[in-house]
Amino acid sequence: MSIFKEFTKGFWKENPVLVLVLGMCPTLATSSDAVKGLAMGLATTFVLMGSNLVISVIRKLVPGKIRIPCYIVVIATFVTVVKLLMQAFAPEAYQTLGIFLPLIVVNCIVLGRAEAFASKNGLLASAADGLGMGLGFTFVLVCLGCIREFLAAGTLFGISMQCWDNGFAIMGQAPGGFILLGLILAGMNLLNMRKAKKAGIKYEPPAEFDCRHCSICKLSTEEPVKTK
Amino acid sequence: MSEEIEKNNIALPEPGSLVLSTSPHVQDGDSIARIMAKVLICLLPAVAASIWFFRFDAVRILVYCASFCIFAEYGWTLATRQAATIGDYSALVTGVILALNLPPGAPWWLCLIGSVFAIIVVKELFGGLGQNPFNPAAAARVALLVGFAGPMTQWAAPATGSLVSGATPLGAIHAVQGSADAMAQLGAPDNLMKLFLGNVGGSIGETSALAILIGGLGLMAFRLIKWQIPLAMIATIFVFTGIVHLAAPGLTPGPLYHILSGGVMIGAFFMATDMVTSPITPLGALVFGGVIGVLTCIIRIWGAYPEGVSFSIVIANALVPLIDRMCYIRPFGWHSHSVSALNIRRGEIK
Repeated sequence: MSIFKEFTKGFWKENPVLVLVLGMCPTLATSSDAVKGLAMGLATTFVLMGSNLVISVIRKLVPGKIRIPCYIVVIATFVTVVKLLMQAFAPEAYQTLGIFLPLIVVNCIVLGRAEAFASKNGLLASAADGLGMGLGFTFVLVCLGCIREFLAAGTLFGISMQCWDNGFAIMGQAPGGFILLGLILAGMNLLNMRKAKKAGIKYEPPAEFDCRHCSICKLSTEEPVKTK
Repeated sequence: MSEEIEKNNIALPEPGSLVLSTSPHVQDGDSIARIMAKVLICLLPAVAASIWFFRFDAVRILVYCASFCIFAEYGWTLATRQAATIGDYSALVTGVILALNLPPGAPWWLCLIGSVFAIIVVKELFGGLGQNPFNPAAAARVALLVGFAGPMTQWAAPATGSLVSGATPLGAIHAVQGSADAMAQLGAPDNLMKLFLGNVGGSIGETSALAILIGGLGLMAFRLIKWQIPLAMIATIFVFTGIVHLAAPGLTPGPLYHILSGGVMIGAFFMATDMVTSPITPLGALVFGGVIGVLTCIIRIWGAYPEGVSFSIVIANALVPLIDRMCYIRPFGWHSHSVSALNIRRGEIK
């Protein structure tokens, strides 16, 4: 795959939030308004790109058994860097993000890309992958942030839109985030299904993402779950 | 399938050897449309009471909610290319119950958002009628109450009443909390009579306990609801608030005041008893009603919101699969050590 493809796959085909469904905690917590989402997305992009770069350089030096701690140390270094930088140059964003900024260390997207991509690929490809994934994450956060901010406060990036002033407060809170994210995921699956239908193939969502494995409702009647 | 049967040593005849008899089969002729039409008939007293007490406001909200719900359902079936389901009146029932749960001053967009939320988010996205885990009207009311705290709590006095203030009976509790005399005054017989007839502030359909009681008895006469749910819910609230009132008279008024005020009646008879979102077995229904009653009392007495019926119904709806699993009907010869019982508990046999 070319470098450009490694970069673009993060936006749609392997979007970290919409397809891989990783990093749900920062997605739901920091997408309540667009500015917050943008700040979080950019901070994560920086960490992703930096950690992917370093991990791809040291991938042959790190013993397999202790690779996860090594990756965490690298990621934590970059998170500290971005935290100090934001504290110095963007104190407002630092204040609003609060605990979620240091929590980038345990963001599944960062560790996931390190483990799944940077530890197996070269320098340039890893950097492109990190940048693409980070920008894809930022894109989703800003989209979600815009919708939620508009519905909850009638503003976009803090500017009043003058057409909706009845604040649907639930959209600014976690339940609204869950509902909207669910709707967006469903919409994305719909588009993928349409595309597959046009190409003449049957679209199957990844096995762990649909509800066939759950036994509460009867969608799973084809193959009953057997527990011993 | 056949493998499982062999494993459990159940001997069934060969499918081909089963005798299929011709008609007449016993059938009661019930369909979704007929059941929903019966529910609508039972809602008529409450609708009439709401129009009597709130006049044009009630008519406006009822028309808005009913039409928005029907349009939302029709639009959804069009967009997803399914057969139209508005003919079974379930959207109409949801719309009417939602309208009865809104305050008299609700603007049109509140009705629109509530209806779309009830029909599309709560019902259709989970698979349509029969698949929804939460009661659409109750969940929509919760979403509106949390989302639009302002317009959802602007109460107006009934148009025909001599009541001047716009406070609801439950809001009045919080206003006078701490004084045992004021609480006793709230529980005075003439005040209770007013609550029973419905000449008080509140959501348009919840104020008249009498009208809802008539409709609820109709539902029971039609055998559409399990009588255990309203009984358990109202009895739990009676006992719980009775004990709290006796222990701390300044904290909350007597049990009758709690039962007749707010959404207890409409919740007990029309929302908690939704066939889809309530437990299957009679024992489960008792547990379900009890859970709603306890949660309602806790929210009312110690919570930040003056009213908690819709919250309790939604929370208890989420517990229904667990209640069903706990209260399944034990077959004859059941023993707690038998393997099949454990399998049912684990959810293997459906």
